Amino acid sequence: MRNEGGIGNLDWSVVLIYLVLITLGWFNIFAATYDDSAARSIFDLTTNSGKQLLWIGTSLVLIAIILIVDFRIYESLAPILYIIFILMLMAVLVFGKETNGAKAWFELGAFRLQPAELTKFATALLLARFVSSSGVKFSDFKSQVKALAIMFGPVALIMLQPDLGSALIFFSFMLAVFREGFPPVYLLVGLSAAIIGVMTIILPIETIIIVVVAVGIVWVLLTSRSVKNILITLILVASSIGFSFGFGYAFDEVLPEYQRNRILVIFYPDSIDPQNAGFNLNQSKIAIGSGGLTGKGFLEGTQTKGGFVPEQSTDFIFSTLAEEHGWLGSLILITLFMLLLSRILAIAERQKSQFSRVYAYSIAGIIFFHFTINIAMTMGLFPVVGIPLPFFSYGGSSLWSFTIMLFVLLKVDMHRTQILTRN
Amino acid sequence: MLQNRRYIIQGLFILIGVVFLVKLFALQVTDDTYKFRAERNSRLRIVEFPFRGLIYDRNNELLVYNEPIYDLMVIPQDVFIEDTTRFCQLLNISHEAFEEKIWAAKKYHRAKPSPFLKKISHTEYAEIQDELYAYKGFYANPRTVRRYSSSILANEVGYIGEISQNQLDRDTTSYYRSGDHIGLTGLEQYYEPELRGERGAKYKLINVNGIQKGVYKNGALDTTSIAGRNLITTIDQELQKYAEWLMEGKRGSIVAIEPSTGEILAMVSSPSYDPNKLSGREFSNNYKLIAADTNKRLFNRAIMAKYPPGSIFKTVQALVGLDAGVIRADEQIVSKVERIGDHAALGSYDVTKGIEWSSNNYFHEVMRRVVNQGDDPNLFKDSRIGMDRWADAVRKFGFGSPLGIDIAGEEPGLVPDADYYDAIYPKHSWAYSTVQSLCIGQGELLVTPIQVANLAAIISNQGYYIKPHLVKGFEKDGAVEMIDFEKIYPGKGNEYYPAIIEGMARAAKRTASLAKIPGIEIAGKTGTAENGIKDETIDHSVFMAFAPKDNPKIAISVYVENAGWGGLASGITASLVMEKFIKGEIDHSGWFKREEYIRKSEYLKAVQKGNEEEQDN
Repeated sequence: MRNEGGIGNLDWSVVLIYLVLITLGWFNIFAATYDDSAARSIFDLTTNSGKQLLWIGTSLVLIAIILIVDFRIYESLAPILYIIFILMLMAVLVFGKETNGAKAWFELGAFRLQPAELTKFATALLLARFVSSSGVKFSDFKSQVKALAIMFGPVALIMLQPDLGSALIFFSFMLAVFREGFPPVYLLVGLSAAIIGVMTIILPIETIIIVVVAVGIVWVLLTSRSVKNILITLILVASSIGFSFGFGYAFDEVLPEYQRNRILVIFYPDSIDPQNAGFNLNQSKIAIGSGGLTGKGFLEGTQTKGGFVPEQSTDFIFSTLAEEHGWLGSLILITLFMLLLSRILAIAERQKSQFSRVYAYSIAGIIFFHFTINIAMTMGLFPVVGIPLPFFSYGGSSLWSFTIMLFVLLKVDMHRTQILTRN
Repeated sequence: MLQNRRYIIQGLFILIGVVFLVKLFALQVTDDTYKFRAERNSRLRIVEFPFRGLIYDRNNELLVYNEPIYDLMVIPQDVFIEDTTRFCQLLNISHEAFEEKIWAAKKYHRAKPSPFLKKISHTEYAEIQDELYAYKGFYANPRTVRRYSSSILANEVGYIGEISQNQLDRDTTSYYRSGDHIGLTGLEQYYEPELRGERGAKYKLINVNGIQKGVYKNGALDTTSIAGRNLITTIDQELQKYAEWLMEGKRGSIVAIEPSTGEILAMVSSPSYDPNKLSGREFSNNYKLIAADTNKRLFNRAIMAKYPPGSIFKTVQALVGLDAGVIRADEQIVSKVERIGDHAALGSYDVTKGIEWSSNNYFHEVMRRVVNQGDDPNLFKDSRIGMDRWADAVRKFGFGSPLGIDIAGEEPGLVPDADYYDAIYPKHSWAYSTVQSLCIGQGELLVTPIQVANLAAIISNQGYYIKPHLVKGFEKDGAVEMIDFEKIYPGKGNEYYPAIIEGMARAAKRTASLAKIPGIEIAGKTGTAENGIKDETIDHSVFMAFAPKDNPKIAISVYVENAGWGGLASGITASLVMEKFIKGEIDHSGWFKREEYIRKSEYLKAVQKGNEEEQDN
């Protein structure tokens, strides 16, 4: 195989960032579950940090396997993997173990698996394969619909669990297809919907109608006053208002109260559900906010040690870091993620095959969405939806799936020149 | 073309990163409310109460000490009791009370301690201590209460109690917190800053359930409590006990001072109360009872009761006259006309004889010479000028204002001056003859027992006094700090004092012949304070004295209310107290049993016979 695909082609900078992130994560998991009175070792297997070390060890085995296995199988196995995970998402609805009101997990003895995690991987592969196959053009409506079906097929099943957080992640594939020429109008529609949705939650319906109508009038005055333009604007305005009504109804009547509170508490942090949603979010904000510039020091976080923040080694791991290491610690973490994401984009752009590039963008998108939603939710900028911080949060499923996704990318990248010769 | 979309995506990533960093900077660095909220969350402050200073008498005998008491605390969620009935028996509470207390504690907090049973005494605790161990969720929190080695000095030592909102508002040092105990009266109040020490605090880390998780910031903020300083008082415990014993069942007061130092050897106000009753669990109940008592047990007569001084004031008149130079000690003044009612015969008197016989007309002349010195041809104007001269001179002897003793509540008494009479009579319409009853200590004059004792000290010292005080120093860990006191000179000279002292010595023999100490000569002056209360016809018995006459060790004033003639009740009491101090014991050898006479209030028989011998002086 000559030099092509050799270990020398491995992107060591990404590997380094990966190793730094999982190590920092491991220490923070130790801090999050540290108990002064017990003073257990970081290696103690009864603690989350000890278990995380097992997950890290097995992840390294996974990496070795990924680097050995032929890079071509991912493209060929993509449809089968996708179907397997769709079936698993169906199966979990029947056989899954219900925790926190959602059937998201298989439980086999002590071992737990969340199929949604690796469904992202399978979806990324299938999407990449589909986009790179001949005859697919995003100017073509049929291709658009097919792509959307691949991306959002699993979302329907995941919402049945229901697991809003995981479902949201699938919207990250929009970044990958956008890069490949997907019409931006979809993004605009999505963005508008999001804005109107937020407005519906915090503003009375009358205000929204006035704002939307005003925007429509200004739009018509600024562009052309042709009948066609006016008509289209009228339809858009009417559908926006209709959407606001529908969204408002769904929010007030369909959404379970605890989820509604998780959203409302972002806008009204001190008045909504002070015992539960409000309490948790406030405690997380107190933990982060009390960190100051340099933090309280490793294992010195009073919020962390006092157990004030729920799910602290998993979804709220960022609050531990922010409390004990302050803004500078947060800066380091955010910089690491920015470097990782930039590096993945650079890798994506150097791919000669479209499959590799789409896959790379998908991975960047997934990591970016996890990172954004997770940190936003611990700071009270986004509803608490239960999404882990990649490479950092405690948990085998999460660490494995991110490791697999990232190292499959690196494996494919090692062979980027080979792909060129094959084509 | 599509390649450019890479930059849009890259830009989105960086935008989110920057937004996060800015938002985090605001949250973590610029906004410090979260810091306080985190502290409030996780910090539990446990107060360590300082050890209150002890109080000793002049011979290093303990007067006041601290006794541990216990609050039984409960943490509801930890409670495990196998046999509730046994538990209730142990604490001597009913089953209903048990349920009620547990419920109240649960209502407060399931995981935080709250008091279950407060102020369990040391002995009670010792009985239940061993068994208490078996009951989970309960623990004893030790505190201290004041205890007194004898039931004496109640009004002088005072009591401590919970700080009032009013006191909290006035506390500029911000030291006190609601629920703190503070000295409320007496020495406990006056020396509160010395006695209390400094409170310490331990900060514990608590978790979301309120359970302690170790030491906050490794104890960096912790402070240890600093014990208060001990008071070294001037009180002679044995003398105090004896004096209080003599006054049992009587109303009145005794103030005994060591003249050379101003140290108060004994201070009795009777009736009083058992200081142990205003300490510990029964404080509020007992306080209500004591305060409601018609005998005014919380009223410290020694410093608060005001009486007309009566004949003892003649010594002051003589001193004022001598100091002003209007009379000489050996000068014979002949009174031919009775200007004022008198028991002594008219005739020729000098200072010594005047005091010995308590001649009203002699002192009428003495005071007249002080007041009317011919500063103005108009008699009224001259009297007005003279009255102020006289009042100023009298005040120098410690009358008319508090002496400044180291407990609160001291009454100033009253020395009337020109302004005082201007308010009663039209200006320039009163002259010496209007106010002449002052010359024998009657009229508007009011003095307190401590002022009279101080007068005895001035005379015994031949011309100076030291502010009477109850505390002479502080002690802590063996280090003693004594308070400095200055001599105060009420007059310009002292050469005329022997004449006064001689007069008093003779007066004591004459008017208080039963009040003698075997082998020791005393100088004394009886007085009778007219009773202001209409229905009570019997006057108060007053005696002022010091002994030994030539080398005074103790100066004293004794007031026994409604006991009649000064030479009996007060005089004999004074002789006993002085003898006890000087000799350490009472000589019972004489035919007259002084102690028994006082204890049984036999002087009342003499009074009831009906002023057989109208000898008020």
